[in-house]
Amino acid sequence: MTSRRVRRIRLVDIAHARSGDKGDTANVGLIARRASDYPLLVKHVTAARVARHFKGMIRGPVQRFELPNLHALNFLLHGSLDGGGTISLKTDAQGKVFSTALLRMEIEVRR
Amino acid sequence: MTRSIRIAAGQGFWGDWLEAPWRQVTGGPVDYLMMDYLAEVTMSIMQKQKTRDPTLGYASDFVPLMQRLLPALVERRVKVTTNAGGVNAHACAEAVAETARRLGLGGKLRIGVVTGDDLLGRVDDLLDAGHELTNLDTGRPLRDVRHRLRSVNAYLGAAPVVEALRRGADIVITGRVTDTGLTLGPMMHAFDWAPDAWDLLAAGTVAGHTIECGAQCSGGNCLVDWERIPDLANVGYPIVEAHPDGSFDIIKHPGTGGRISVPGVTEQLVYEMGDPREYITPDCIADFTSIHLQQIAKDRVRFSGIRGRPATDKFKVSAAYFYGYKAVGTLVYAWPDAYKKAQAADRVLRRRLQDLGLEFETILTEFVGVDATHGPLARKALAIADIPEVQLRVGVRASDPAPVERFTREIAPLILNGPPSVTGFAGGRPKPEEIVAYWPALIDKTQVRACVDIVAV
Repeated sequence: MTSRRVRRIRLVDIAHARSGDKGDTANVGLIARRASDYPLLVKHVTAARVARHFKGMIRGPVQRFELPNLHALNFLLHGSLDGGGTISLKTDAQGKVFSTALLRMEIEVRR
Repeated sequence: MTRSIRIAAGQGFWGDWLEAPWRQVTGGPVDYLMMDYLAEVTMSIMQKQKTRDPTLGYASDFVPLMQRLLPALVERRVKVTTNAGGVNAHACAEAVAETARRLGLGGKLRIGVVTGDDLLGRVDDLLDAGHELTNLDTGRPLRDVRHRLRSVNAYLGAAPVVEALRRGADIVITGRVTDTGLTLGPMMHAFDWAPDAWDLLAAGTVAGHTIECGAQCSGGNCLVDWERIPDLANVGYPIVEAHPDGSFDIIKHPGTGGRISVPGVTEQLVYEMGDPREYITPDCIADFTSIHLQQIAKDRVRFSGIRGRPATDKFKVSAAYFYGYKAVGTLVYAWPDAYKKAQAADRVLRRRLQDLGLEFETILTEFVGVDATHGPLARKALAIADIPEVQLRVGVRASDPAPVERFTREIAPLILNGPPSVTGFAGGRPKPEEIVAYWPALIDKTQVRACVDIVAV
């Protein structure tokens, strides 16, 4: 009986994040708190998974970029800001706290 | 060649902390004070001011700030780079020169003025010559909004800032120069970097990106271990200590609050990032995946290894155009059933708007305290029945002012003729606002000529 147990981890426990905007696109930079957790982010926090997480909140696709040097991933969430900038009616018109919404995501990790 | 220089960030945006520039200049040795004032829509606000009064159109509070700073700047030989000039850099320079003369600093200062970024007066010629200025996000040609344009500016790079410094400017006041160019310029000037030394220019660009939002890299708005960041009341704004080989340290003055750490600086690096391998500026393309960070002392992070690639043959253009009108109304509902009451009020409001036959491009409802920032992700996690209060926040947007104006009169009646336990309306009726929207585009660099003038005080 050597199968490793599956644990659910919330991203807020292993990562921090900051976001900003470009027009109607929010970006979320997700940064591993410990370098050793960066591979977990790369493996589990895929563009498709992030798109599912934000279902109903964004209209466009999700792009992901890797920054192994900073132990960080950068996500572009297209069509997420109701037009963005001055057009948007949202409280978070410039996507400043979209980052914190990503930190709610849970991933399943074998340890 | 100079061994190293210190560039201090004094303002991260128009409206940033007024104490910061003073503290940066007087809190320890610095060579340059860099102040970024311009956001995407700022230029259109300034254009409007200039239309009303040809002596306006720049960041007006820059002048009283300089009144306070100038004696210290002259005494300590600190130079200034800033894009406070907005759409009227010459008027801004004249106002600063006038202030300097009043302070008895005549003959002691030279002001460099960078213009050439303003394309509003040339739009028809450019369009006629086949420059479509296509919207980078939507693909629409600029002709579609030609008659609604409020401002059109190219983002100039570090080159004209360098020229102004070479010609002896102590204070460089620019129009739309990139945030990063205001930091890279002093580095290119002090270290005599060639305009095609791509790795060095990329390093200066990363330095600029790191400090362009002021304290956002030195402990402000920093999520990681935020409760343990010391003394934000006294936060130290960041300083680049730059070396000729392109390596640099981010530091702050001793005795100030905040924190400069690898995780904190990393948060700023990913802020507003697109493709990290291609951070495109007028000066170069910086590769953020090449940055090596190291905490070499308390509140000192070393940047090294930064790689760059040749600049493109385009300048980015930021246009602003009239889009329509919007208004946002809010009311606060209290426990018990705060969320249910707010939802009911939203249904009543929407029904009334519909019955009035008002047409909007968008009606957006948020329940602040429940879902405004995290949407459905938050609703799932909440014990909804216990929420002490919820703010109903409804926004509308339309091309016509009439429905937006009528909407603003539909909020207050809900206080007495809608669901109960409502408060928080002391601000009065919401005001319809004009929407001036942002239009990003590109233009061939050959079409734009930066202009540098030196004004002796």
